[in-house]
Amino acid sequence: MATVSIREVHKHYDDFHAVKGVSLEIKDHEFVVLVGPSGCGKTTTLRMVAGLESITEGRVLIGDTVVNELPPMDRDIAMVFQNYALYPHMSVYDNMAFGLKMRKFDKAEIKSRVAQAADILGIKDHLHRKPRQLSGGQRQRVALGRAIVRNPQVFLFDEPLSNLDAKLRVQMRVELKKLHQRLGTTAIYVTHDQVEAMTLGDRVVVMKDGLIQQVGEPLDLYNTPANKYVAGFIGSPAMNFADVTIANNGSGLVATNTAMSIAVPEHLAAPLGPHVGKPATFGIRPEDLRLADGSEPQHQTFEAVVEVAEQLGSEILLDVTCGPSSMVASVDPTVRVKPGEKIRLAFNPKRAHFFDGKSEMAVRG
Amino acid sequence: MAVAASTSTSERVIVAKAKWRPLENERNLAWLLLLPTMVLLGLFIAYPFMRGLLLSVTDTRVGIPGEFVGLANFRRLASDPIFHAVVWNTCWYTLVTTIFKLGLGLWLALLLNRSFKFKAFTRAFILLPFIIPTVLSTFAWKWMFDPTFSVLNWMLYQTGIIRVAINWLGDGDLAMLSIIIVNIWRGVPFFAISLLAGLQTISPDLNEAAAIDGARPLQRFWYITWPLLLPVTMVVMLFSVIQTFADFQIVYVMTGGGPANATHLFATYAYQLGVGTGLLSQGAAVSLAMFPILLLIVIVQLLYIRRVEVR
Ligand SMILES: Nc1ncnc2c1ncn2[C@@H]1O[C@H](COP(=O)(O)OP(=O)(O)O)[C@@H](O)[C@H]1O
Ligand SMILES: [Mg+2]
Repeated sequence: MATVSIREVHKHYDDFHAVKGVSLEIKDHEFVVLVGPSGCGKTTTLRMVAGLESITEGRVLIGDTVVNELPPMDRDIAMVFQNYALYPHMSVYDNMAFGLKMRKFDKAEIKSRVAQAADILGIKDHLHRKPRQLSGGQRQRVALGRAIVRNPQVFLFDEPLSNLDAKLRVQMRVELKKLHQRLGTTAIYVTHDQVEAMTLGDRVVVMKDGLIQQVGEPLDLYNTPANKYVAGFIGSPAMNFADVTIANNGSGLVATNTAMSIAVPEHLAAPLGPHVGKPATFGIRPEDLRLADGSEPQHQTFEAVVEVAEQLGSEILLDVTCGPSSMVASVDPTVRVKPGEKIRLAFNPKRAHFFDGKSEMAVRG
Repeated sequence: MAVAASTSTSERVIVAKAKWRPLENERNLAWLLLLPTMVLLGLFIAYPFMRGLLLSVTDTRVGIPGEFVGLANFRRLASDPIFHAVVWNTCWYTLVTTIFKLGLGLWLALLLNRSFKFKAFTRAFILLPFIIPTVLSTFAWKWMFDPTFSVLNWMLYQTGIIRVAINWLGDGDLAMLSIIIVNIWRGVPFFAISLLAGLQTISPDLNEAAAIDGARPLQRFWYITWPLLLPVTMVVMLFSVIQTFADFQIVYVMTGGGPANATHLFATYAYQLGVGTGLLSQGAAVSLAMFPILLLIVIVQLLYIRRVEVR
């Protein structure tokens, strides 16, 4: 097991700049998830760590070794591919044994390691089968098995669950987590699914356009997103945004637009001071909104029109419009509202976010 | 009662409709669709084959209808030293050219499967020997093998490899070597392009996974690429063996079977006997003699292909 250091790494494909200076220090035993929209450079970054893609600029270290020039086989890593990349002409056993055979392990050792991995993954009844005789979930397990038998320094996962159906994906997600808790091998995991990222990662790296937007523990990303992009990307349903202008109405700072005029929460008053007269974005998560009952101050509420009410049992998701912005509010399941109805929503001021109108960076207290 | 009656009427209606649409019957449609192919195959393959069969058991010559002689023609072949040479030549020619075509074709395919500049152009260019009419390109080769005026001897002489002009097509062994070279040159593109198509169906992920698993390039070829390419390779080999075994044009143009019958193959010898000498029935016997050998090779290969594909 080992640390992985990615230092100012760039990747150019001819004249396309796919990865634009990514730096990341991954601790021993850590499970780090790279998440971001399709095409943001996650796979490229992972493949540079694997040695499947040359590194245009920067350095990658595994343990204390700079591996830039090392071929994949000498990096002591294992990778699980999105489409599993199982050898179709080999049995499950041979698929899992291949890496050990190539590394000249003796027969008995190979046998016991494969048996052990097959046991952990629950595929020991299928060892003689060919990959095409297996279901998607079983193939996924074989791919995992092929990775764990070698007991490598680092696991690399490239969207390993995205070919599975929704139910199986959730199940395998849990198993992956268990597997990591059991083996403790350092892992880098790529996904475009923020739920996967949040549930699996010790730390999550949000990427966009070849750049890291934010690195942090899942809850940190959720509670204190560094910018509007991360705020909107992490969390489901996503954070609501409203474009506002910051103004000083004499008694304090307010954020206004055509449909709302709300007080800037105390803890943000000072940092938002320099923004007076400038555009900003107000952000609030659906669960930090509720139906106003009149007990809260007027300036912590705003008016909205119900478009759709989605009853989920544990909560109701209200799709509302508030002037130019559409929002989602997660309200108590007992609430009864009709489409077209005008309601007043109250927000939790402690959990309000503001982003600079130009740089879209979060304004922090 | 009323319900039963109405049901039976509707059934009758359906039956009546079906009667008037013969092509909706899959069996009829199948026959109809097969018909053009069957007519063509019958006319140009089955009929000549049967005629050849009938011819080979007579003593027909050009202009003389001939009588039934049983297997006399085949018996004569069994003691014909030229025919013995033909069998040996054809097997040797097929074996050597197939090995080289496979080796070179595979090597080219592996090179072409990488990405490089002018890839599309190079791939098209590679096909040239295959596209040029064989008789034309073989004539060009014949000139190149010419002992006095040719570019081949000139190059070998200028580079100091030889001192005396080599009489390529005048010596039995060299003539065989020459036609083998031309056949390889002409056959490699087919192997290269077919194998390239096969290579492109192999996901690059597999090679990458193997690289991570610790396999070196040669091991990756041996454990991953080669076994996955095997079904395609076998089919390509099958085609090539059939074609090479019955090859005619290259030998006919280059050596005409000479010198002293040293390069005759089944097809050229059959042609010489049947058309050249006019012994039609003996020519037919020679070409039919090819059949059991070819059948054996094809059966073995098909069995092998099936085994490979089942895996
Ligand atoms: N071999 C390649 N040649 C050129 N461009 C590539 C290549 N591989 C990836 N790219 C580009 O690099 C960007 C990042 O790709 P990738 O790392 O695969 O994104 P993702 O985050 O979806 O995994 C994409 O815009 C993609 O089109
Ligand atoms: Mg990707």
